[in-house]
Amino acid sequence: MNKCKTSKEIGGMGHSLKRKEDIRFIQGKGHYVDDIKLPGMLYMDIVRSPYAYAKIKKINIEEAMKVPGVVAVVTGRDLEKYNLHWMPTLMSDTQMVLPTDTVMYQAQEVAAVIATSRYAARDGREAVKVDYEKMKPVIDPYKSMDPDAPVLRTDKAGKKDNHIWHWEAGDKAKTEAVFASADVVVKEQMHIPRIHVASIETCGCVADYDKINNHLTMYMTTQAPHAIRTVIALVAGHVGLTEEKIRVISPDIGGGFGGKVPVYPGYVIAIAVSFLVGKPVKWIEDRSENLQADSFARDYHITAEMAGTKDGKILATRFKILADHGYTDASANPSKFPTGMFSIATGSYDYDTSYMECDAVYTNKPPGGVAYRCSFRVTEAVHAIERMTDRFALEIGKDPADLRMENFIKKEDFPWKSPTGWIYDSGDYHKGLLKAMDAVGYWELRKEQAEKRKKGELMGIGLSTFTEIVGAGPSKDFDILGIKMFDSAEIRVHPTGKAIARFGTKSQGQGHETTYAQIIAEELGIPAENIQVEEGDTDTAPYGLGTYASRSTPTAGAAAAMASRKLVAKARKIAAYLLEVSEEDLEWEPGKFWVKGAPEKSKTIQEIVFASYTNHPQGMEAGFEATHYYDPPNLTFPSGAYICVVDIDKETGGIHVRRFVAIDDCGNIINPMIVQGQVHGGLTQGIAPAMYEELIYDEDGNILNGTLMDYLVPTAVESPSWETGHVITPSPHHPIGAKGVGESPTVGAPPAIANAIVDALSPFGITHLDIPITPAKVWKALKDKGAI
Amino acid sequence: MLKEITVTVNGEKHTLEVEPRLLLVHMIREVLNLTGTHIGCDTSSCGACTILMDGKSIKSCTVLAVQANGKSLTTIEAVAVNGELSALQEGFKENHGLHCGFCTPGMIMRATELLANNPNPTEEEIRWGISGNLCRCTGYNNIVKAVIYAGAKMRGEELPSTEPQFV
Amino acid sequence: MIPQSFQYESPGTLEEAIKLLHQYGEEAKILSGGHSLIPMMKLRFATPEVLVDINNIPGLSHIVEENGKMKIGGLTRESELEHSAALAKIFPIFKDVTKLIADPQVRNRGTIGGNLAHGDAANDHPAVMLALNATVIATGAEGSREIPIDEFFFGFYSTALQFGEILTEIQIPIPPTGTGSAYHKLERKVGDYATAGVAVQITIGDDGIVKAAGIGLTNVNPTPLRAVRSEQALIGKPLTEHSIAEAALYASEDCSPSADLRGSEEYKRAMVAVLVKRMIHEAANRASNN
Repeated sequence: MNKCKTSKEIGGMGHSLKRKEDIRFIQGKGHYVDDIKLPGMLYMDIVRSPYAYAKIKKINIEEAMKVPGVVAVVTGRDLEKYNLHWMPTLMSDTQMVLPTDTVMYQAQEVAAVIATSRYAARDGREAVKVDYEKMKPVIDPYKSMDPDAPVLRTDKAGKKDNHIWHWEAGDKAKTEAVFASADVVVKEQMHIPRIHVASIETCGCVADYDKINNHLTMYMTTQAPHAIRTVIALVAGHVGLTEEKIRVISPDIGGGFGGKVPVYPGYVIAIAVSFLVGKPVKWIEDRSENLQADSFARDYHITAEMAGTKDGKILATRFKILADHGYTDASANPSKFPTGMFSIATGSYDYDTSYMECDAVYTNKPPGGVAYRCSFRVTEAVHAIERMTDRFALEIGKDPADLRMENFIKKEDFPWKSPTGWIYDSGDYHKGLLKAMDAVGYWELRKEQAEKRKKGELMGIGLSTFTEIVGAGPSKDFDILGIKMFDSAEIRVHPTGKAIARFGTKSQGQGHETTYAQIIAEELGIPAENIQVEEGDTDTAPYGLGTYASRSTPTAGAAAAMASRKLVAKARKIAAYLLEVSEEDLEWEPGKFWVKGAPEKSKTIQEIVFASYTNHPQGMEAGFEATHYYDPPNLTFPSGAYICVVDIDKETGGIHVRRFVAIDDCGNIINPMIVQGQVHGGLTQGIAPAMYEELIYDEDGNILNGTLMDYLVPTAVESPSWETGHVITPSPHHPIGAKGVGESPTVGAPPAIANAIVDALSPFGITHLDIPITPAKVWKALKDKGAI
Repeated sequence: MLKEITVTVNGEKHTLEVEPRLLLVHMIREVLNLTGTHIGCDTSSCGACTILMDGKSIKSCTVLAVQANGKSLTTIEAVAVNGELSALQEGFKENHGLHCGFCTPGMIMRATELLANNPNPTEEEIRWGISGNLCRCTGYNNIVKAVIYAGAKMRGEELPSTEPQFV
Repeated sequence: MIPQSFQYESPGTLEEAIKLLHQYGEEAKILSGGHSLIPMMKLRFATPEVLVDINNIPGLSHIVEENGKMKIGGLTRESELEHSAALAKIFPIFKDVTKLIADPQVRNRGTIGGNLAHGDAANDHPAVMLALNATVIATGAEGSREIPIDEFFFGFYSTALQFGEILTEIQIPIPPTGTGSAYHKLERKVGDYATAGVAVQITIGDDGIVKAAGIGLTNVNPTPLRAVRSEQALIGKPLTEHSIAEAALYASEDCSPSADLRGSEEYKRAMVAVLVKRMIHEAANRASNN
């Protein structure tokens, strides 16, 4: 009798399997874009605008062309000849590749210098002289719609203002009625700051065009290689680069976080140059270029309101947003969702009335709006609702934990339809918050706080009990540039029972090589160590929309399970044939089929696979392969209960995060170690905008903190020792009950921290502070209230 | 004008003609093709380029190749000896001390000197000790855990559990 | 980010270095730790024609007590200051300050001489040297000369170092027993330049009277600043909450911070007051344990 190994022995689901990919990274054998060196490769550097808004009068390349090693300087006029000077954005807006006459933001690409070495390219860049005629830029989004504001997008025929679009959700009239008659209405104006993903690896590419075969290989830092291939074909198809002639390879990626979803002008210029000169062209941006020109995230100005009863029942919410998109709408959203999933802002609470609207405007800032470790504007939404929930509790003098417990959607009420129409799949919010409160010792902390307040010491406790919405998405609603947001898995099992599995997603550190193998191991009974996972090569992997918005597990992870199940179905037929019984007489446990009532008669998956190549039933296709394109029936709704404890130095405003407990519910867990690692990392990326990070511009549009000396990415010293845990309510509609986790902590942490700080300061009448909340900001708030 | 330098890298002596402005990190990555050392910023802020020069951790993006003349350099490629991982490499792998892996070589090189100077550091000392290395993925918890694990291993003590701890 | 081309010289003696500096004049820059200079060259804010690397000159790196003075070579690395037992015993302030300068790798390269000679009011050693009443030894073609620290910092990024001179040593008087010192800076994150920084050394006699006080301020003035009125507010009387409050107030009035991303002028003045108060307490505590 064949005895199956246990799930743990084969590295199946639910086990903290050590990561398969680590062995190369810890020995310096990761293979990132800048590690690629091709024969005859040229290097590209980019001349960038010092001004936020200016006419280009003249670009003088003479001196640059004299620099030894410089072979070409490319301008917008050069690209114009091939109609490559503009490209579409993911939101169907348009963006310059290189300008022909006007620059629209500081650090915008103006010209590209091509040289035989990195050093020569930089020297050439310094030697390009550009004459500009400065113009008064529009920087403040609130002023962009003023009647006297210059119309920025003069390239758009008939455009008379800087308004991009208006969006709304919910029921306006009903919301107004509830607000008008409510006992209690609270309101705050808040800004979710413009921030940057600042992955430690910047963006870059090697464009390698082979003239003889009319074929482009594009090695690039992208989270979505397949979609990028399609975009390249759409941009460059007219010059002969059609989709079958393009191979995009995304090698190891040094962190993505949404910042490696967009197509940046540098990529397109590198392709154009390689196409024209027939040599490989490498472009690797500097950190300053990365921070100053690559897509930003967030930048929502929100007027948030909550209406409720005086005993603490939430009745309605209302949000009015002004979205600063910079010079073009280059958000990375599903096409039908200009504000992404912002309408999840109704939160984890049981009420039925909400209205929200957003106006997006152009300014002279870099474009962007990427989903920075956030499923499309969920961070903004969660900050708004979770801040307002605390604000409401403060107003009526109720403990914010009690208020949440009383307003939570009950677990038996799932699936639950939100006021803006989402169907939450599952959750147990009470259980999660109780667990977090127990872990942190909530009521003891409240006692300690009361004691401290008597002594004039500042201590705060902040909660965030958020609902995420991830796994975009069902094809009926979700597409990007028309391509439906499914994702894919292809499993090919070799005759000896070892497998290779390929996916349309692309890990940037999430550990797909391990977790996908675990899903397949669990489904098929083939040990994870015998399953090689490959992603990122459009020539070999099945088409998919890529990795962002916590969608890999909900989509490609599901595809892995579904493809595995197709193989199990095939295995059943082969096993029936081999064991000479009917399919119905067989029982399956991962790893083998056995005959009902005669368990000694069995075939292992390895034996079955071997037979599929050597002894398959007549009439059946040989081999053991399956592909699945998974179209999710719904999104998944992970949730979390986070509690943050801060101590504040009243004299300096200094903030010390004493404790931070995060309880997540991401459904069934594939690898607890990796899930925990994701949560740790996301929490640090949550404390970052809460206390440190913001891209700051002066009134002329100059960025004031465009290097890592001033853009304050937290170190191990700023990052607290995180305490994490979980509760599990499986997603009822996902094949393995998983929900996705990568972004929950980034989304949930900022309001927990902000709420803790405001809680500490609330005795002085402080009801809100915008993130990032710095010591200087705390000190000023205390000073303004006469507390110091 | 090129300068001739002699530099020992991972035990191997190289005599090279370099431009004075050549940054040490570019010498390592592009002249010697040791691409495990990474570049993450322009301002010596991120630490991805950390290597050992005469046993001291330095940021090779802010040292000139000519300054390495006569010195001995160690990069991540030479940390494992004959295929045997160092205690730190093992610590990072066993404790999930990395996600995307881009900062990892710099972190390991920095922590190598940290443990050489202080074989039994506290969590606080580890956090300050790696404060010149940015990681955007891990939130640092497991990097701290990896260094604690490596310290125990190097001291020959019982290894701490590598299982994730949950509240 | 790549520097512009330059000529590189690596003299083996001080004499040779000084000769090269004279030979190339304004076009030459001294390369010490390089962690201010090389980033500026990479950003092409600094484009020297010649770099004179003094790292290979013997005799410039030491920490020795001699004739009532602590002598620190100009090329002594921050990490050496950080781990020096000799310094820690007499000047606990060095452990305070070095921990807060940049990060461990940078401290493995950065030198005390470079930190001072850069003339940057945002650097941390100037305030410490003011508090400790150090003397800077500058060596040039004519030999060495002593520059009292109060005469060293001139203006924005400029010092009393003459063209062709190299900062070779710092000499700090060994204080009597009953002395304590302390430094702290507020920073936005570890390794940042100070939002405000304060260095204090204080000597308290057996009679409880403050015999000497040195107070230096970081990054709240165009040049590193000695808080003279604050020192005077302490000297010659017992340390009281009142005298400490006075010292704190004077320092906050006498500095001249500018508003930037680190905070408003008002905030920085207030932080100077808080830190002066705290560092006097800390230094006095250490004095009483000494």
